[in-house]
Amino acid sequence: MNVAEAMTTGPRWLTASGIRSIFRDRPMVPLLGLLAILVVVSEVIRPGPISLNWAGVMIRAAVPLAILAGCQTLTMLTAGIDLSVGAVASMSGFLVATLVGDLGLPMAIVIALVVSAVVGFVNGVGAGVFRVHPLIMTLGMSLVVLGLANVWQLLRVQTGSGVPIEFRQLGANIEFGFLPVSLLLFVPLALIIMYILNRTGFGRLLYAIGDNEVASRLSGAKSWQVLTVLYVISAVLAGIAGFLFSGLTNVASVTLANSALLPSVAAAVIGGTSIFGGRGNYSGTMIGALILTVISSILSSLGYPEAVRQILFGSLIVFVAAAYTRITGEAGT
Amino acid sequence: MTTTLDTPTKSTGSPGVTLSLLVRRNTWTLGLVGILALLLVITRMIQPNYGPAGIQGLAISVLPLALAAVAQTCAVLARGIDLSIGSMMALTSVVSATLMEERSEGFAVVVVIGVLVLGLALGAINGALIVFTRVPDIVVTLAMLFVWAGAALLVLNTPGGGSAAWLRRLTLGPVFIDWVPKAAVLLAVVVAVFWIPIRRSRLGLSLYAVGSDPLAAFRSGVSVTGTKIFSYVLAGLFSALGGLSLTATTGIGTPVPGPYTLMSVAAVVLGGVSLAGGTGGVLGPVIAVVILSLLRTDMTFLNVDTNLATVVQGLILVGVVMVGSLIQMRRRET
Repeated sequence: MNVAEAMTTGPRWLTASGIRSIFRDRPMVPLLGLLAILVVVSEVIRPGPISLNWAGVMIRAAVPLAILAGCQTLTMLTAGIDLSVGAVASMSGFLVATLVGDLGLPMAIVIALVVSAVVGFVNGVGAGVFRVHPLIMTLGMSLVVLGLANVWQLLRVQTGSGVPIEFRQLGANIEFGFLPVSLLLFVPLALIIMYILNRTGFGRLLYAIGDNEVASRLSGAKSWQVLTVLYVISAVLAGIAGFLFSGLTNVASVTLANSALLPSVAAAVIGGTSIFGGRGNYSGTMIGALILTVISSILSSLGYPEAVRQILFGSLIVFVAAAYTRITGEAGT
Repeated sequence: MTTTLDTPTKSTGSPGVTLSLLVRRNTWTLGLVGILALLLVITRMIQPNYGPAGIQGLAISVLPLALAAVAQTCAVLARGIDLSIGSMMALTSVVSATLMEERSEGFAVVVVIGVLVLGLALGAINGALIVFTRVPDIVVTLAMLFVWAGAALLVLNTPGGGSAAWLRRLTLGPVFIDWVPKAAVLLAVVVAVFWIPIRRSRLGLSLYAVGSDPLAAFRSGVSVTGTKIFSYVLAGLFSALGGLSLTATTGIGTPVPGPYTLMSVAAVVLGGVSLAGGTGGVLGPVIAVVILSLLRTDMTFLNVDTNLATVVQGLILVGVVMVGSLIQMRRRET
C-alpha cells in the first residue's frame, strides 16, 4: 500500500537483501529452523522422549490439520479464504459415522464427499460468479452446513457403531512404532496438491488470479471457472480431513473439526502463504502445521491450560505474519 | 443517475426536495424498516398474543448483538474488519462479572468505567498491531480472537461471577409504558451518546474518508494510521459495552465467546454497510440485528427447529450479499 510505504520503512538490518531473498525464495529454510528450535526446546523442557515414536505422534496429529491448511493455501493463493472447512470436515466425518451402518463404508464415503463437493460448488459459484467476498460466502455456508448437520443429527439418532474401524486405523494407528498410517493417505494427497500447484496450468492460474485478477482475466483466464473448481477441491479435501479427524479422536460430532479452522489458517500464514494471493506453497504450509502441533504439545506437556495455548497461538500468528510482511516488503491494503 | 450528483446543491431548497434526498440517501435503511414492519405484522399473525412480553424478550436478546454489530460497523467503515469482537465481549464480560461479584453497588460504577477503558485498550492494541505490523486486518484480528478468548478463560474458567443490581435493572423491564423495553431505550441512548458526536466530528468524517479511499484521504491530510487505530478503538469500546450488556442481561460472565462475531458481520452486510468501507451507518446494522432475531423468534413460534433457523440465517446472509453484488454488476455494465 502506497500510503503505508510512504510513511514507514522497515528496520535497515531486516531489509538487507540477503535475508530478504532467503525468506522470499526459500521460506522453507527459516521454517525448518524454527521447527528444529521447537524440537530442541521440547527436549529441554521435557527431557527424554524425543524418539521416532514421538515424531510419529506429532505427524499423526499434524496430518489432518495439514490437509485443512492445504484448503486455506489453495484458496489464499487466489486472495480468497475458505472458512467453511471446519464445518465441512465435521459434517463429512459425521455423515460417514451415521451412514456406515446402513450403506457400508464405500457408499458412505462417496456420499460424504459428494455432499462436501456440493458445498464447495456453492462456495465457488458464490465467490466466482456472484463475486461475493469468499470470507462472507464461506462463513455463510459454514452456518448452513452446521445447521443442516444438526438437523441430520436430530433426524437420525446415531447408532452405537459410530466411527468405522477403518477410519480409526487410518487416523490413529502408528505402524512399526513411528509410521502413522494416515501418511498413506496424506503423502499421495500432498504430492498431488504440489503437482497441481507447480506443474499444471490450473496451478499457474491460481497464482495468476491471486497476483492480479484483472490482468489474468484480460489474458483469457476464466476466473469464475477456476474459482468454482478450486472451492470444490477445497471442500473435498476438507471432507477427507474429516475422515482423519473422526478416526484420530474416535468421535463423530457435528462440531468436531471446528476448533481446527483457525489453526488451519494459522498454519498457512506461518507457512508463508500470503493472504493477498499470489505467493505461497504447500510445502511451507505442511511445516506450518507441524510447527503448530509441536507448540501445542510442548504447552500441554508443560501443563499449561488451553487458555495459554490460545494466547500463544494468536501471538505467534501475528508475530510470524509481521515478520513475513517486514522481510518480504509486502504491505497490507 | 446524473441527478444524484447535483442534489447536494439542491438540498437547501424546499422541504420536499430535502425529504426526497433523505429517502434516496437511506433507501437501504428504509427498506430494512419496511421488512421489519412486515415481519412484526407476520409475527402478530402467527402468534396473536405477541405483545409487550415478546418485545421485552426481543430487546434483551438484541442488545448484545446490536452492540456487536455497531462495533463491527466502526471497523468496516474504515475498510477494516474485526473478527475478535466476540472474544473481546467475552473478555470484558468475565472481567466485569468477576469484579462485581459480591461487591457494593457503588464499586460497580468503577468497574463499569474500568471495563469500558479496558475495551478501549483492547481495541487500541488491535488497531496498533494492524497499523504497525502492516499485516492484513483479517489475519491480525483472527489471531487476536485467540488471544482475547484465551485471556477470558484465564480470568474465569467456567461461567460465573455476578452483576450489580442496578446494572441488571438497567436492562430488565419497561420504561413508562409496557411497549417500550428498557433494553431498547438503553441501546438507543448508548449508541446516540457515543456514535452521534463521533459521526459529526472530524474523526467521523475521516473514518469515512479512509474507508472510501485511503490514498485520497492521506493526500488530503487525514492521518490514515490514526484513523485506522481509532476505528478499532471504537470497535473495542462497543465490544466492551456489548460485554457489559451480556453481564447485565444474564447476571453472570461466560468465558466462551458467543456467535457474536459472525452475527455482527452478517448484520453489517445486511445493514447496507459495504465491506469495501466508506458507506453506511450504524442504524442499518442495528435494524438488521432486530430482523435476524425476530426471524428466529418467528421460527420458534412456527415450531421450526432452531438448527434450521441457523440454516435460514446463513442463507439470508449469503443471498443478500449475492443479490447486492448482482445489482452492483448490473450497474457497472450500464
